[in-house]
Amino acid sequence: MVFRKVLIGFAFSPNLKANIFEAARLALQFDAEIIFLHVGEKTTQKEQEFEQLLASLPKGPKKQSVVWKVGSPNDVIVATCEKEKVDLLLLGALKRENMLRYYLGSIARKVTRKAPCSVLLMLHPSVERIPCQHMVVNGFDSPHTQHTVEKAYEVAQALKTQKITLVEEINRSEIKIAVSDDRSLRQATLRKQKLNRQEERRVQDILKEIPETKKQGIKTQSQSIFGRRGYSIGHYARLMRADLLVMNAQEESRFWHRLFPKDLEHILNELPTNVLIIAPEPHE
Amino acid sequence: MSKNNSIGVFAKTLPQNIFSGFVVSLIALPLCLGLALASEAPPIAGVISAICGGMVVALFGGSSLTITGPGNGLVIVLLGAITVLGEGDPLQGYYFTLAAIIFSGVLLFLFGLFRLGALSEFFPASALQGMLAAIGIGILAKQFHVMLGITSVSGSTLAQLSAFPESVQQLRTLTAEQLLAPVIGVASFVFLFLYARIRNPLFHLIPAPMWVVVATIALSYYYELILQQPQPLDPALLIQLPSDLIQSLPSPNFSKITQLDFWGVVLSITLIASIESLLSIKAVDKLDPLKRRSNNNKDLRALGLASIVSGFLGGLNVVTVIARSSVNVNNGGTNRSANFFHAFFLVLFVLLFGPQIQRIPLPALAAILVYTGYKLATPENLLRIYRIGKEQALIFAVTLGVTLYTNLISGIGAGILATFLVHLFLTKGLGLFSRNLLKPNVLMYQEQESKTYFVSVKHFCTFLNFYRLKAKLDEIPQNEHAIVDFSLSDFVDHTVMEGLNDYRDSFSRKDGNFEIIGLDVHESVAAHPFSVRRFNPVPNILRLGDNFTKRQDSLRELALDLGWQYNPQVDQKSNGIDRFLFFKTRQFNFSSNRLTSPKKTFSFFDLSFSEGIFITKEDLNSSFLLIDSPLPLPVFVLDRESFLTPLYQLTGIEDLNFEAFPDFSKRFFLSGEDKKAIKAFFTKEVVFFFESHPIYHVESNGKKILIKGRDRSASVSEIKALLSFAREFYLILEKQGD
Repeated sequence: MVFRKVLIGFAFSPNLKANIFEAARLALQFDAEIIFLHVGEKTTQKEQEFEQLLASLPKGPKKQSVVWKVGSPNDVIVATCEKEKVDLLLLGALKRENMLRYYLGSIARKVTRKAPCSVLLMLHPSVERIPCQHMVVNGFDSPHTQHTVEKAYEVAQALKTQKITLVEEINRSEIKIAVSDDRSLRQATLRKQKLNRQEERRVQDILKEIPETKKQGIKTQSQSIFGRRGYSIGHYARLMRADLLVMNAQEESRFWHRLFPKDLEHILNELPTNVLIIAPEPHE
Repeated sequence: MSKNNSIGVFAKTLPQNIFSGFVVSLIALPLCLGLALASEAPPIAGVISAICGGMVVALFGGSSLTITGPGNGLVIVLLGAITVLGEGDPLQGYYFTLAAIIFSGVLLFLFGLFRLGALSEFFPASALQGMLAAIGIGILAKQFHVMLGITSVSGSTLAQLSAFPESVQQLRTLTAEQLLAPVIGVASFVFLFLYARIRNPLFHLIPAPMWVVVATIALSYYYELILQQPQPLDPALLIQLPSDLIQSLPSPNFSKITQLDFWGVVLSITLIASIESLLSIKAVDKLDPLKRRSNNNKDLRALGLASIVSGFLGGLNVVTVIARSSVNVNNGGTNRSANFFHAFFLVLFVLLFGPQIQRIPLPALAAILVYTGYKLATPENLLRIYRIGKEQALIFAVTLGVTLYTNLISGIGAGILATFLVHLFLTKGLGLFSRNLLKPNVLMYQEQESKTYFVSVKHFCTFLNFYRLKAKLDEIPQNEHAIVDFSLSDFVDHTVMEGLNDYRDSFSRKDGNFEIIGLDVHESVAAHPFSVRRFNPVPNILRLGDNFTKRQDSLRELALDLGWQYNPQVDQKSNGIDRFLFFKTRQFNFSSNRLTSPKKTFSFFDLSFSEGIFITKEDLNSSFLLIDSPLPLPVFVLDRESFLTPLYQLTGIEDLNFEAFPDFSKRFFLSGEDKKAIKAFFTKEVVFFFESHPIYHVESNGKKILIKGRDRSASVSEIKALLSFAREFYLILEKQGD
C-alpha cells in the first residue's frame, strides 16, 4: 500500500468540488482511508452542503471521515496529520489572476514546510479524471533518493502512469573546469561525460534495488541535466509537461521539518506541475 | 598535436607571420602616432604602447590573431584624463595619466585573473553602439580642425563640433602657401575614402594610412631636394620625436593617487579598455580561418601586464584593436608571433626612420583619424539600429547624447538605464524582471537519444541575465547540434537576439547546428531578425507574416527549395484536423507556418492546441504533417508503445498486435476499429518501413494521414526528416494502390 491515510483540508471556495473529487479519487486509487478536515466554525449549513457534495461522489474511498476543528489553519493541519498518523497530505495551489502561473498560498507553504508526512501539491484538481502519464522523479545523490524513487514507482502503479523519467542534476561546480578556450572546452566536455556516466550508474543502481513487480509496465528513462539543484528539475518537468514531479523531502532526516531545503523552495515558488514531496522513510 | 609537430608548424608559418607583422606595422605606425596625438600625448607614446603590447601579449596572450596597441576607444578617455589631471598642462597631465594607466593595467590583470571578462556582457548592444559612435564623433570633432591645419581649437566635443563652420571659414583667409596643410589633410581624407575603390592587389599591399604617410614624407622631400626650398609647413604641424629615445623616457607621476579624480580616470580607462579589447577579440575570432576560440581572460591578463609595462615606459594603454588585427588576418598571420613582429618592425622604424617620421604632417594623420572617427560613428550604424527597432534607436541616441554632454561612464550608465526603462515599458511593469532576475532561468541538457544539446530559457532573457545563457552555450562544443527554446520565456531583447546570432554563426562555421525555437508566437517590435520579442497572451497580436523569425525565414527558404507554398499566416480554421483522434482530448487553437506541396498532397504546419479539460489553457505547439492518401485506408492510430496507451484505453480502443511481427508489435501501439482491414494494410513492407524509421505519431482518418513530430515546434532539420519520412511513406502507399 502506497499511502494508508490521506488528509485534505477544505474550505468553502469555488474549487471545493474539484478538490474533494480529486482527493477522493486519489484515495481510491491508493486504496487509502481519507480524512476531510475543515478548519473553522462548524455550522449546519456548511455541514449540509458538504454532506451533499460527498453524496455526489461517484465511488467513495473505503473509509472516509470528516473532521471539523477551530484554530490557526496551519497548526491544526500539522497537528491533525501527526495525531491521525496521516501519511499523505493534499494541498491545492492557487492560480494567479489572468496568469498562466500557479502559486502556493501562505498557509499551504507553511504547512508544506512543517508537515510530518508526504505532501502532494495539486495544480489543477478537477472533477473529471486527468490521467497521469508522465512522472519526473528526482535522482539526486542523497540517502533518501532510494526511498523516494521506490515510492514514486508505487504511486505510478497506483495511478497507472506509463512513463517515469529519473532526473539527475549535475551541479556545474562539479565540472570544476571553466570553459575559456578550445582546450578547456574539450576537458570540460570530457569531464561532463564522465560525470554523466557516473550519475547514470548511480541511477541504474537505484533502479536495480526496486522490485520488478513495481517497475512492470512502466517505461523508465533517465536524463542528466546541468543546472542549479532543485530549480532545474522544475524547469525540466515544466518543459517536458510532466504530470507529476516527485521530490525528496530533505537531506537531514532528523531535522527535516526544521531545515527546509533550498531546492524545494524554488519548486514552491513556481510550481512547474503537480508536486509530490516524499517524506523520508520513518526510522522505527 | 605533439610538441615537435607544433614547433614544426611554427617554423613553417614563421615567414608568413613575419610578413603579416610587417604589413600590420605599416598601418600601425601612422595609427599609433595619430592616436597618441589625438589624446594630446607625445606621438611616440602610441608607438611605445604598440611595442609593449606586441611583445608582452605575444608572450602571454590567449588569442592567436589579435594585434595589440593603442586603441580608438581610449582616445577620448585619455584625452579627458590628460586634460583633467593636468589642469591645463598637457605634459604634467600626461605624467599623471601614465600612473593611471599603470593602475588600470593592474585592474585589467585582475579582471582577467578573476574571470571578469564577462562584465562587459552587461552592456546592452545598442548602448554599446551609442558609446562607440560617441567616441567616433569625439575623435572626428577634434581632428577635423587639425586636418584643416588648425591646432588652436579646444574645448568639449560639442564646442569643437560647433566650431566646424568657423574653421572652414578660416580657410579663405589663408595664403597659397598656408593652404598646403589643409590641402594635404583633405587630399589624404579623400584618398582614404577612395582607397577601397581602387582594386589593385599590389597597391593594396600597403595599407591606406601608410600610403598617406609615405606620400606626405615624399612631398616634403620633394620640396627639399627638388625645389630646393625649406620645409613648407609650420613646424608645429609636424611630428616631433625626442632626439634620444632611451634617455627621454618619461616617468609616471604617482602624486595624485589619493585623489578621487585619479581613480575615476583609472576606472574609465579600465572599463573602456576591457570593452574595446573583448569586442575586438570576439570579432577577430569570427575571422580566424582555423576557427580557434580565444581565451578572453588570459588575453585580459596579458593586456593588463602590457599596459603596466607600457605605462612605466611612457606609453598609452594596450588594448586589442580590430582594424590592425583584421589586416593581420588578411595578410596570412597564423599565430601570436605576427603581433610580436609587428612590434619588432615598429622598433626598427623608430630607430631607423626617426628623421623621416618627423616629416609626417599632422593634417595627414588627422585625416586618418577623421576617417577612423567617421567609421565608428557612421550614420549607417544608426540606420541599422533604427531598423531593429525605434526603441533601440532611442537607447542609442540617449547613450550618444549623454556621452557627448558629460563623459563615457555617465553615457554608458544612461544607456543601461534607458534600455532597462524601455524594457519596463515594453513588458508593462517591473514584475517580470524583479520576480525572476535572480532565478537560474536556463536549463541545459543533452537529449539522451539524439545527443542534441537542448537549452530552455524561462521567464525572460535580456542583457541583465544573458550571461547565464552564454555560460551554458559556451559549454557546448560548436560542432554539435544545439537548440535554444524560448517557448517558456515572455521577453527576449535585442542584445540576446544579436548575441545568439553570433553563436549561430560560430556554430555553422564549425559545422555545428544552432537553432532557435519557440519565438514564433512572440510579438516582434520590428521586422528585423534582431528585434526585441515579447510574448503577448492576447491572440490578436499574432500578426506573423511581416515580422519573420529566423525559423520562418528558413521555412520560406525550404519552401522555395522544394517548390512548395509557404504561408506563415495564423489560421483559426481547423479544416477538419480536429476530427483526428489525437484531438479528442485536446482543443485546436490555430495553425500557422503552413507549407503546402504543389498538388496539396502534403502539407506541413505548426499547430497550437490546448490540453485537458479543467486545466488552465495550456497552449502547446507541435508540428504536424498531413498527407492526402492515394488509396482508401482503414482508420488507425500508430504510436510508440505505451506512451499514449492510457488515453486510448479511456476511449475504449485497444492495442492491436500481430503475431507475424512480434518486434513491431512490441515497439508500436496500434489501434483501430476495423481490425481486419488494418491487418490487411500492415503488410510486411509497411511494417518494415515503420520499424526502420524514427517513430512518429501516425494517424489515418480513412482519407488523410496525420503525422505528428515531437511535443514542440520542429526545428528545420526535424522538418526535413519529417518530410522525407512522409514522402517515403507516400511512395509505399502508391505502390500498394497499384
